[in-house]
Amino acid sequence: MSATRRVNLVATFGLLLSMAGAMATLAAIDHQRQASVPQEALYLRSSKVLRRLSLGYTGLLADVYWTRAVQYFGTQHHNGSGDFRLLAPLLEVTTELDPRLLPAYQFGANFLAPQPPNGAGQPGAALSLMKYGIEHNPDQWRLYYNLGFLYYTELKDYAGAADAFARGAKLPVTNEFMPILAARMAQHAGEFDTARMLWFTTYQSSKEPQIRQNAVEHLLALQVDEEVTRLEQVVGQYRQRTGRLPIALTDLEHAGFIHGPQNDPKGHPYQLMPDGRIEVQHPPELYFITKGLPPGATPPQPPRAAPPAAKPDSK
Amino acid sequence: MNSRIGHIAFNTFREAVRDRVLYNLIAFALLLSGAAILVGEISIDIERLVVVNLGLTAVSLFGVLIAIFIGIGLVSKEIDKRTLYTVLSRPVRRWEFVVGKFFGLTGTLVVNTFFMALGVFLALLYVAHKFEKMDLWVLGALYFIVLQFLIVCALALFFSSFSTPLMSAVFTFALFVIGNLAEDLRGFARITHGTEGWLASAIAYLVPNFSALNVVSQVAHGDSIPGRLIFYNTLYALLYSAMAIAAAVLIFQRRNLK
Repeated sequence: MSATRRVNLVATFGLLLSMAGAMATLAAIDHQRQASVPQEALYLRSSKVLRRLSLGYTGLLADVYWTRAVQYFGTQHHNGSGDFRLLAPLLEVTTELDPRLLPAYQFGANFLAPQPPNGAGQPGAALSLMKYGIEHNPDQWRLYYNLGFLYYTELKDYAGAADAFARGAKLPVTNEFMPILAARMAQHAGEFDTARMLWFTTYQSSKEPQIRQNAVEHLLALQVDEEVTRLEQVVGQYRQRTGRLPIALTDLEHAGFIHGPQNDPKGHPYQLMPDGRIEVQHPPELYFITKGLPPGATPPQPPRAAPPAAKPDSK
Repeated sequence: MNSRIGHIAFNTFREAVRDRVLYNLIAFALLLSGAAILVGEISIDIERLVVVNLGLTAVSLFGVLIAIFIGIGLVSKEIDKRTLYTVLSRPVRRWEFVVGKFFGLTGTLVVNTFFMALGVFLALLYVAHKFEKMDLWVLGALYFIVLQFLIVCALALFFSSFSTPLMSAVFTFALFVIGNLAEDLRGFARITHGTEGWLASAIAYLVPNFSALNVVSQVAHGDSIPGRLIFYNTLYALLYSAMAIAAAVLIFQRRNLK
């Protein structure tokens, strides 16, 4: 074997050996790090400093911070952690770097407002974020819609919601449901119809498949809640008329209170319980329902997605 | 353009295209544009924004790096290889040599930008599946980036006419950073008075204003670029480059090449 070939052989062997060694060491480092997961930190909270460091490429930096906020929320949500302390600062930096980054307001408020595990439980921070967004993008009806949604669902502030929808309805480019939503909020009437209109508007105005799917799940849950409420009212009426509870739903049909089989949106028949309550057969299939559940059960939630694709209970 | 300048420019272009570092940087810029698509996947609802922001930032930064690292060697390389003496022994004037080098380098960067822009538009097509009217403004931002390159090339050439390659790179890059913070410098000049204020104003007007040439964030949101801004930016970049090239010629004319 010539000297050159020998050197080549030794170098190749050395290369492969060191590569395998480096990978094995890295695996050991990963293992070690998993054992003591350090708290994620936000070293630079000043958007002014970041703006200067970015050399004018603030748009890219805002995208990076927004992606970081999504990943942070997704990871904490996925791990079932209730600690979202970095979320608000991350969103603040993102929107100060690029005040026109609309998804950061629309989704960011939705990460912040709901109570854990669906969100960070910081409706006040979500409200500030939305107001900052509207201040910098006053012609975007979507932001007024999101603000109204926030007032309605998280803060139960109907006057605030009515004002937000009304302001959004006055814009030159707006959604047809905005004036109706404003009126409904002002009257504080027809809870199911109002909620249905909100989720339908969300479905109609979003392009994101996961958000549309989320809106569909909420619409189905609303249907269940409404049907269970109606059936339980009918059971009450039957009891009033006959002096006893019905044994099965067919009793209601024979008495002329309902017509045909009563199925939930997944096609399973509703169940009449001995105490007169109505329950769904397979609660885990119907996310977000608040009625038709066994006593003490919590509303079923969709499975937690892995961080990169994690989308919150978003609208 | 006279034919001697044309020949020098063409040779500079040919030499730069042969440069392997140049190819690596182009490949890297294209790779970054590709990465934009992946970043879009792990974020929410900003796919187009990421492609425009990351793509244009990559085009700009890599172009500036190419301009600096090739620009600083344009004169010194010729002196080290002693090819400068061969060129100047022919009927080529020193100013023609400097101007030819400038055109050669900017030509190289325009060609590079064209290919990098192609990558950005392909990435845009990939994420949006179609082109929209607002994508036209991305071309405007690319034009401003080319104007940026004109200034950086001229500065690199200016510094390389009297300094070592390493120092030229440091000076040019420092001016690029300062030029991006030109608006802050003006803000500082506005709030200071007396000699300090006058000095700050002078510096603010003397350093290249790169921030006016950066419209990446605006076009990412689909904003149009006013025609007047295009006109003034073009005029500014041409005048500033001419100023730096004129200074480079003045220094190079007096330089002792023996």
